[in-house]
Amino acid sequence: MALSYEKVIEKYEPVLGLEVHVELGTKSKMFCGCSTEFGAAPNTQVCPVCLGLPGALPAVNGKAIEYTIAIGLALNCSIAPFSRFARKNYFYPDMPKNFQTSQYDEPICFGGFLNVKIDTDEGVKEYRVEIERVHMEEDTGKSLHMGGATGRIHGADYSLLDYNRAGIPLVEIVTKPLTGTEKYAPEVARAYVSELRDILRSLGVSDVKMEQGSLRCDANVSLRLIGAEKLGTRSETKNVNSLRSVERAVRSEMIRHAGILDKGERVIQETRHFHEDTGETTPGRSKEQAEDYRYFPEPDLVPVAPAADWIEKIRSSLPEKPSVRRKRIQEEWQVPDKEMAAMINADVLDQVEETVKLGADPTRARSWWLGEIARLANEREVPAVSLPITANDVAEVVALIVNGELTDKLARQVVEGVINNEGRPSEIIEKRGIKVVSDDSALLQAIEKAVAAQPDVAEKVRGGHIPAAGALIGAVMKETKGQADAAKVRELLLKHLGQG
Amino acid sequence: MIYEKNATEMATALEKGEISAVELTRAHLDRIAAVDGEVKAFLYVDNEGALAQARDVDQRRKSGEKLSPLAGVPLALKDVMVQQGVPTTCGSKMLEGWRPPYDSTVVSRLKAAGVIILGKTNMDEFAMGSSTENSAYFPTHNPWDLTRIPGGSGGGSSASLAAFEAPLAIGTDTGGSIRQPAAVTGTVGVKPTYGGVSRYGLVAFSSSLDQAGPCARNVLDAAYLHEVIGGYDPMDSTSISAPIPPVVAAAKNASVKGMKIGVIKELQGDGYQAGVLKRFNESLEELAKLGAEIVEVSCPNFEYALAAYYLIAPSECSSNLARFDAMRYGIRVGEGSAEEVMNATREVGFGKEVKRRIILGTYALSSGYYDAYYGSAQKVRTLISRDFENAFTKADVLVSPTAPTTAFKIGEKSNDPIAMYLNDIATIPTNLAGVCGISIPSGLAEEDGLPAGFQIMAGAMKDDRLYQVGAALEVALNSKWGAPILSKAPKLGAK
Repeated sequence: MALSYEKVIEKYEPVLGLEVHVELGTKSKMFCGCSTEFGAAPNTQVCPVCLGLPGALPAVNGKAIEYTIAIGLALNCSIAPFSRFARKNYFYPDMPKNFQTSQYDEPICFGGFLNVKIDTDEGVKEYRVEIERVHMEEDTGKSLHMGGATGRIHGADYSLLDYNRAGIPLVEIVTKPLTGTEKYAPEVARAYVSELRDILRSLGVSDVKMEQGSLRCDANVSLRLIGAEKLGTRSETKNVNSLRSVERAVRSEMIRHAGILDKGERVIQETRHFHEDTGETTPGRSKEQAEDYRYFPEPDLVPVAPAADWIEKIRSSLPEKPSVRRKRIQEEWQVPDKEMAAMINADVLDQVEETVKLGADPTRARSWWLGEIARLANEREVPAVSLPITANDVAEVVALIVNGELTDKLARQVVEGVINNEGRPSEIIEKRGIKVVSDDSALLQAIEKAVAAQPDVAEKVRGGHIPAAGALIGAVMKETKGQADAAKVRELLLKHLGQG
Repeated sequence: MIYEKNATEMATALEKGEISAVELTRAHLDRIAAVDGEVKAFLYVDNEGALAQARDVDQRRKSGEKLSPLAGVPLALKDVMVQQGVPTTCGSKMLEGWRPPYDSTVVSRLKAAGVIILGKTNMDEFAMGSSTENSAYFPTHNPWDLTRIPGGSGGGSSASLAAFEAPLAIGTDTGGSIRQPAAVTGTVGVKPTYGGVSRYGLVAFSSSLDQAGPCARNVLDAAYLHEVIGGYDPMDSTSISAPIPPVVAAAKNASVKGMKIGVIKELQGDGYQAGVLKRFNESLEELAKLGAEIVEVSCPNFEYALAAYYLIAPSECSSNLARFDAMRYGIRVGEGSAEEVMNATREVGFGKEVKRRIILGTYALSSGYYDAYYGSAQKVRTLISRDFENAFTKADVLVSPTAPTTAFKIGEKSNDPIAMYLNDIATIPTNLAGVCGISIPSGLAEEDGLPAGFQIMAGAMKDDRLYQVGAALEVALNSKWGAPILSKAPKLGAK
């Protein structure tokens, strides 16, 4: 019987360590000119270098170094004036050279921090996550284990290897042990990865898609009795691939560790795999089975020694930090906390900001992205940002509404058209013949028709019972197929009935 | 016979139209067919490829194209250098049947210069050895005495030169694999400054020590070849971006007047064959006669060079050779899981010496041993570099016998790895420090009538000095002997 989370945190203090791997969005690989594009046919983006053919040598992609330095600076790290690549030696079929070119004791960035906030019942809490190091390495190829039940190597009939991913630049961001999060450890872990993701996205160094594996998190968890000095034995849950899973994996490991410790047993230092379906982890490799990686400096590469003025140039071109930007936006637009959180959760802050920049007022821009567009995204089960509608389109629609050329109802039709790939707003308006009927005579004609059809209602209005006008307005709108401006109809109708 | 000429003489004949590249290539292919059964310098002879290349050079010459100085001259390529479509084995069973899909930078440059690649020469497996007996295929025989080794690891290249199968060859030198074979075959071999010639496409043994270089029958030919293959290559991060030192001009200059020549105290005496030392000292006298000042220098840390080398080179090789795992190329042995196939393949594919070094290197890099072995060896390396720096404040070049002995008998040292390793005692310091060295013939040792080598070393990117001093000494010795040393080698193919 598993312990309840409440029982766990009454007795134990969790200590976290998070290692995040990010695939950089460089056009070419870390050490060769091959394309990094995701989703190409297997083994079509390879060359002698990334296949590790005999004789081939690596040459560092300068862009990858620039991106890594930018990440380090954004995380308040120091940049090493001199750092080296190292070989991490172990045999695995999807690793072409049977060593990974990485960094070991001389990483390029070290000693930074990232502040994260979480929203709790006790109010907003802020934590400082210390960053141990940021280093560069190359990704491995991919193994696809065929046959067998688990998709794991054990029990598979055979394996297929795809080396397209081999050599894609990776950056590993490692935190120092994070203490003091207590019962909020799972939320802090999630908030850290989320904040880190936002920073990486704002830097434009990675597409940070957890579901495609371009951002992966290993979560180290250990427990110690509250008040104890010595750290407990940790487990390392590998490749957690969503924000929600980060939170769940940490919580699940805390409960599992506590169960072991309560029985007076020892936690085994090992890697674990997280399962989305059960929300639990299963054992991977134990420390005893762990490889001796025989790290040594990579003799095929010269040390990385970035010039101080280059580092300063990168620093001066860093974009506004996401946390600063969020604060600025919220103040400028006067957005309530809840709605701010909604925009962040729906991942549409960029779009809204862009829409506002293109002239829309913040309230309208926000309500389109969080309303109709979010609804259509939900219907299609995709994130709003992946729909074929741009800030330009939304700004155009908003402008048309403000000018009175579209009603809200018509605008929704236009937006839906854009999302259905029918074209840009102006094209859809033209194609579908969407137009606000603003011609007074056409409206009057419709009003007369409505009044004639419901004389008793018209009489009530004439008698001063204004709310009754709604039924007549509805009839006019129906008659004009929604293409009339309701306010205008109301004005004309009341005037027509002597109430204007 | 045309194949007995030097490369520069052949180049002149080609330029004057006295012979076509096809004729010259055919003459060499015929020579290989006639004598290689005895010498066994080649693992693969690329008859068709060489002739096609020669036809192309003739065509280009005919059309009036300005060709490089060595266009149409044939060359033997050490089998550690990849050449597109041509079998490349590194003398190992592991790569049997592998045809690389790309050219090494050295090969690209040779092809661009119109140098005709005759084929791939034998070598100790993955360049590990000093006798070419570690080839997984067959040993190569020294043309001076077919019962003896031609040096190693590049014994195929040196033997091909001494057997007049090719006037030029490419070698690679990690601890002496160009210079020691040159010494024991009476030929010239240069280990350029580390980073002076691209390693892209050189199958790595020890990345921080490996260096490709030119092999020839005289200093000027080597200089021309050096200019073809040398220079910056963006594909090799460790290659030097500065221009190649003026080696051809230096070889033509051939003067040592006023130069200081430092004799390294630690590279003579015990363990050096008397006849080798005698020729070495005579060469010094020749240099002094030419106006050089001979000084003695001490490099006290050279004593530790061999030990450091046998930690660094195996460490790097244990990692470099990890890629041979049967997954992507080369042979595949056994069945079952990937791990089982890797194990079975590496068991069968690697020879004894390669395994010895992989095990040694794996151990030296292991957690808990790294500092004591690899770490200490790197410190020794720094000390050796300092020894060189100090010595170069006292002398323009440093000299020593290239190898302590002349060629030994095939099989003589096969079961004594340490005795084998000692062959490289005088050449290894150069690799550890990344400086450059050349071996030129110093004559025949009296006790066995076999060639001995004279080594000249210069600082990083001072390769031109090797050629300048080497050419001067070569001129003096040739005039003393009346002819180049190779004219004294026994005639092959007489039987």
